[in-house]
Amino acid sequence: MANKTYNADLSRRHFFSKAVAAAGLAVAPGVFLRQVHARPSDQAATSEQRWGILIDTNKCAKGCDSCVTACMSENGWGDINNSEEKSNAHQKAQWIRKVTVKDKQTGHVQSLPLMCQHCENPPCVDVCPTGASMKRADGIVLVDKHICIGCRYCMMACPYKARSFVHEDLENQKVVAPRGKGTVESCTMCVHRVDKDGTPACVEACNADNHNAMYFGDLKDPNSEISRQLKEHGGEQLRADLGLNTGVRYQGL
Amino acid sequence: MKNVQFMEIEGRSFGYLALLGILGAIILVALGAWYVMEHNGHYVTGMNNAIVWGTPHIFAIFLIVAASGALNVASISSVFNKTAYKPLARLSGLLAIALLAGGLMILVLDLGRPDRLIVAMTYYNFKSIFAWNIILYNGFFAIVAVYLWMMMQQSMNKYSKPVGVAAFLWRLILTTGTGSIFGFLVARQGYDAAIMAPLFIAMSFSFGLAIFLLVLMAAYKWTGRPLGDAIFRRLKNLLGVFVAGVLYFVLAYHLTNLYATEHHGIEAFILRDGGIYTQLFWIGQIVIGSLLPLLLFYHPSTAKNRTLVGLGALLVIIGGLIQLYVLIIGGQAYPLEIFPGKEVIESSFFDGQVAHYAPSLWEVLLGLGGVAVALIMVALAVKILRFMPTSLADEDVDPHHSA
Repeated sequence: MANKTYNADLSRRHFFSKAVAAAGLAVAPGVFLRQVHARPSDQAATSEQRWGILIDTNKCAKGCDSCVTACMSENGWGDINNSEEKSNAHQKAQWIRKVTVKDKQTGHVQSLPLMCQHCENPPCVDVCPTGASMKRADGIVLVDKHICIGCRYCMMACPYKARSFVHEDLENQKVVAPRGKGTVESCTMCVHRVDKDGTPACVEACNADNHNAMYFGDLKDPNSEISRQLKEHGGEQLRADLGLNTGVRYQGL
Repeated sequence: MKNVQFMEIEGRSFGYLALLGILGAIILVALGAWYVMEHNGHYVTGMNNAIVWGTPHIFAIFLIVAASGALNVASISSVFNKTAYKPLARLSGLLAIALLAGGLMILVLDLGRPDRLIVAMTYYNFKSIFAWNIILYNGFFAIVAVYLWMMMQQSMNKYSKPVGVAAFLWRLILTTGTGSIFGFLVARQGYDAAIMAPLFIAMSFSFGLAIFLLVLMAAYKWTGRPLGDAIFRRLKNLLGVFVAGVLYFVLAYHLTNLYATEHHGIEAFILRDGGIYTQLFWIGQIVIGSLLPLLLFYHPSTAKNRTLVGLGALLVIIGGLIQLYVLIIGGQAYPLEIFPGKEVIESSFFDGQVAHYAPSLWEVLLGLGGVAVALIMVALAVKILRFMPTSLADEDVDPHHSA
């Protein structure tokens, strides 16, 4: 008899919890619709967003490397920080680089920044033996420096040569971007800024220079600038044939 | 077949102690080289952000592939019931474990963070073929150790067949896994091919048996134990078949690539325009590592000369290392196709250019250290336990009894 009462209570409790959950689901879109960026630091990233960057190669100025310099000063790598002075040019980290390409048929020349493409299906995450290479729920691909063993298999797997291995001891690192000898690193999409409602340093620098060649935003929000741009003008993926669904897209390629 | 007597080697001669001394010295030097790389960081090596796997990986993968191949001799006796190979089975299992240990030592010491080996053993991403390989390597040690136990303890002999079958299957899976490390790399023109798995299996047969043959020759010569022509001829002929098998898979790989326009770039690079890689492919891999050994193994004027057959086995090993150099370094040196249909005219990161790699002394020393670890393990084990038959003379191992 006692058991029955307990069961009845339990089913009543189930009913109420389900009712509350259903009500929550019904109200949630209204409540969260306008809450685009901000997320308290104690909450995990969710798949409600997918962060992306759109690069308009027609606006990207040849010879300009503001985005690269901004990334260096934000994240503490590269020559401007006197980082990795013992490593040669092939060994130094390159989180983001400028590339100039020429179409073999038409001779059309374009300039563009190239960095981690933050794939939806990242080969680097697939191959990482320990799971140090990981993709956050909001689509940002990162390396967990605590469990990276420095095997470099992710660098073998990346189609964009977007990852770097730290070849020597480092000093004077930035608090926001811890790096370490013997581990692999790459563009973090300035995750520390994104989590505080900010914009990646490269995008900010490009806009500050009035080139406005880079858009950052939520690919899942149909009203974001990046989504509207993509819907109106389209945007290509590098190595689209690999089916990786990159979070970084290019216009005019 | 007569009752084969297994006996430890005496291991007191000057030659034996000198061998241990030389191998030990090589290992110490290798550890020193590792310390230099670990202390300074990998900038002292030839590796960079384009060629991320260098000379240590060539030695490591060579030894790991050869390890599973070295077990073949035991498999032929236990799984395929060829009793002529049975006296060799223990040494085959021992060599398999030793080669794998040497290879893994190199692989671990070349990590950016070798101190995090425990992380590699406790954090697994099961979609990673590398993670699977860690399990397969550990399992290989365990299963071959049990296999040796079944073979070496008389009361357990009856289990050597089922355990031998399990070890044989395990080693096939293991080498499939090693080949798939490259086969699964979708982004690189030189890899991303299912044929990598069977190619690596063929390579393991060939490299493993070549090492086994040389170790056998050296061990029997240096201990003064008789090694009959019959067993030697069998091993030599089998090695020839394996060398031809590797050649077949290499041919199939390149023919398939040559057919597809998409792959013409990498093929032109390896086969024609790649400079050092082209030379290494044709002269090192094809002529020195494949055609010359086949000639030495089968030409009537050389096939009966043990020194020349031994030379052939040595060439198979050298050619195998060169093959892995072309595959691993050449495959990375060829630029990634990030912008199909476009040519990169400017990049701060050398996009579109053939990547540069020159092996550093430290990397070579570490690689040789792995080889020395494998050999010293064999040298010590044959002194401690009964791995080697006292005689492999024809009259002691009946070659006609093969059912």
